[in-house]
Amino acid sequence: MATGELAAHGAHAHAAPTSWIRKYVFSLDHKVIGIQYFFLALTAVFVGMFLSLLMRIHLIWPGVSLPIFGEIQPATYLSLLTMHGTIMVFFVLTTAPQGGFGNYFLPIQIGAPDMAFPVLNMLSFWVTALAFGVMIAAFFVVGGAPLHGWTGYPPLSALQAAGPGEGLGADLWITSIALFCIGALMSALNFITTTLDMRTKGMTLMRMPLTCWAWFITAILGLLAFGVLLSAGILLLLDRNAGTSFYIPLVTINGQLAGHKGGSPLLWQHLFWFFGHPEVYIAILPAMGLCSQLLSVFSRKPIFGYKAMVYALLSIGFLGFMVWGHHMFMSGMSPYTAFAFSVMTMAIGVPSAIKTFNWLSTIWKGRIRFASPMLFALGFVSLFVSGGISGPFLAQPVLDIQLHDTYFVIGHFHLIMGVASIFGMFAATYYWFPKMFGRMMSEGMARWHFLITLIGTYAIFMPMHYLGMAGHLRRYSQLTELNYLHPLVGVQTFMTYAAFVTIGGQFIFLFNLFWSMKFGKRASDNPWEATTLEWITATPPPHDNFGGHIPVVFNGPYEYSVPGAPRDFVMQTDPPLVLKAH
Amino acid sequence: MGLVLLVVIWLITFISAYFFIAKTWWLPVGASAAAAGIDHHFGTTYLLMGFVFVAAQVLLGLFAWQYRDRGSAGKPALYSHGNNTLEITWTVLTAVLFIGLNFMSSSIWASERFRPAVSNAVQVEVTGMQFAWYFRYPGPDGKFGATKPELQDPSAGSEGAIGLDTTDPASKDDVVAGVMYVPVNREIEVILRAEDVIHSFFIPAMRFKQDAVPGIAIHMHFTPITTGDYEVACSQLCGLGHYKMHGILRVVSQKDFDEWLAAREAEKQ
Repeated sequence: MATGELAAHGAHAHAAPTSWIRKYVFSLDHKVIGIQYFFLALTAVFVGMFLSLLMRIHLIWPGVSLPIFGEIQPATYLSLLTMHGTIMVFFVLTTAPQGGFGNYFLPIQIGAPDMAFPVLNMLSFWVTALAFGVMIAAFFVVGGAPLHGWTGYPPLSALQAAGPGEGLGADLWITSIALFCIGALMSALNFITTTLDMRTKGMTLMRMPLTCWAWFITAILGLLAFGVLLSAGILLLLDRNAGTSFYIPLVTINGQLAGHKGGSPLLWQHLFWFFGHPEVYIAILPAMGLCSQLLSVFSRKPIFGYKAMVYALLSIGFLGFMVWGHHMFMSGMSPYTAFAFSVMTMAIGVPSAIKTFNWLSTIWKGRIRFASPMLFALGFVSLFVSGGISGPFLAQPVLDIQLHDTYFVIGHFHLIMGVASIFGMFAATYYWFPKMFGRMMSEGMARWHFLITLIGTYAIFMPMHYLGMAGHLRRYSQLTELNYLHPLVGVQTFMTYAAFVTIGGQFIFLFNLFWSMKFGKRASDNPWEATTLEWITATPPPHDNFGGHIPVVFNGPYEYSVPGAPRDFVMQTDPPLVLKAH
Repeated sequence: MGLVLLVVIWLITFISAYFFIAKTWWLPVGASAAAAGIDHHFGTTYLLMGFVFVAAQVLLGLFAWQYRDRGSAGKPALYSHGNNTLEITWTVLTAVLFIGLNFMSSSIWASERFRPAVSNAVQVEVTGMQFAWYFRYPGPDGKFGATKPELQDPSAGSEGAIGLDTTDPASKDDVVAGVMYVPVNREIEVILRAEDVIHSFFIPAMRFKQDAVPGIAIHMHFTPITTGDYEVACSQLCGLGHYKMHGILRVVSQKDFDEWLAAREAEKQ
């Protein structure tokens, strides 16, 4: 096996490029590609955040005229929410944790010189970047961006006459998603192969850091989910442009026959959510892996229940494919099916709870260092709990009757899939920035960024639960029409102010990021005194990651505060631990 | 920083919990037979999840502060890789809690959705279109007349809007209204249809929500128990005017309902 692994290493090594274009643009180096993904996601997150700010402004000051944009119309509001959701889910939550940090650190953490397929890796990035360009283009075509929401339910999304933005804008939206799927599929193949074939000597599966487990399982989810979404998207494009009727039954729009018959709108929902629910885990699993890692590193304690954590990740991945119907309790799907999906959904709460117990037990009796990555990891646990406990409400169809399509859902998924995942990304940025850019980020700015973001996001998303209980529906561009919404406008106003402050706080992060690249304190090779392989190599790592030598692993990834050891951490490559107790 | 974390996490937890406990914003007052059971189960779930929420956040804040690095004076961190008994205990406990909750609510779901409407239920066909709801009653013959997509003309309103085929004898006594009149304490069978895109028929006070999907007629039921006017909203994004696609459910006594229906029949003749 050892020879096989070494042969694999040899086959994937490639010479360092010399031209600027091959080094920074069309690079085959997983580290450069990781940084490219990171900056793509960073651009996307600021675009997505800006769109949400426009939405929040429109909700409470519908008539206000903004500089450049003018007055936001109801149609524009719906386009904003569609594009906000799509950009955030695909180009931020899927792109940064996996494409960005996974690309950069998976090979290093398993002791490989690069990903298994460097050319495929480069292609995945550029296809994803192209997809982003196509998505943004939807804003600038006649009719503007589509208004059908990020879930794009047909017939609304399938018929040009159904609303503004459902013309070329909608075609571009679907094309972009299809391209994104192609990029994600190529990337998933690469991650799976790399994890299985490229581990260095001694790096058994059960010695992999939980980050690698998370990226690996995320890639498997991606491989199974994005293929289905790609097919679903192609069928929708055919319905729109080739006269097919996969999703469109006999309908009239404003009295005019649409010219289709026999299709099923529910087919799209099944295909979309077969992707859509695993997608939630694609967004959150890398954050779970990373935060497990950070809680251990900064508590100076082994992770509590490593095996339980691995099994929990695996069962979340497995069950994640059996719960998609909980998005469809009110869709007209059979109520018996709804009950089955409901049981599976409640079951997936169990591994999530196991992880929370293990996180709390990891910091219990630790020696916690409050460095910026740790702050965000602790914030992640808080948000994961807060976003998680609203899950069992929505998972029960009886309660979903009242809560479905209300702000309760928006609060739920923003806390857990949005903000918790983003806390994972912030933690990753603060943690790995020194390795990626050779300098430390400012801890002072990071603390302010952390406090503003934690308090701010709770202030935005917690009140949404109250609104949802009161029956406040999502995707309403004006709050004037339903009488029972009137008493709730004050809460919306509060949330808009909270959004201003929180978004303002993100500029501290942006400034810290670029300022520290140039002026940050120089980073040592292992500034956090962590044990995994990225910390044994130079900062930043050389082209082949380990400077011509192949690391050999003897220890697990979380050996902190080992009794009798000379320092409070034992690197994975240190001589094997022989513990008296064992 | 440990103390700051403790204070921030606890404050967030207690302020969030306060508004839930004080019921500053809460479910609208229920006015259907099912509402009490649903609300009761909501309360049970909410108590259990509220306990988990507060317990987890309080421990998180407490541990962060209590186990902060106290420099050379502090104790070294505990060297432990976990505890299988604990893992098994909390796995079993959460499995029982979560799946148990689910089975507790299954009888309510069954009575809402598994069982068809009773045979003497008052039938109302609800049709959604961009951006209005229309309500049709079958009239004395108890039969809905045929509708045809090619006859649908929203600008014509009521009968024209839903494409009623007036040549069908069964359609002669059909009444189409813009307000949903129903008698109190009678089971209402709702037959949901949509003409163009997916809509969703939501009556918060009745704890009633169901998508109206083009191409399918979905049969549902509910029993209003308090008279009055209730707002109806569209809860599925259906296009530009989604936010203004609303209607009124008017729950009246059986006598008032019969009189209203008779008057509409008389108008048709």
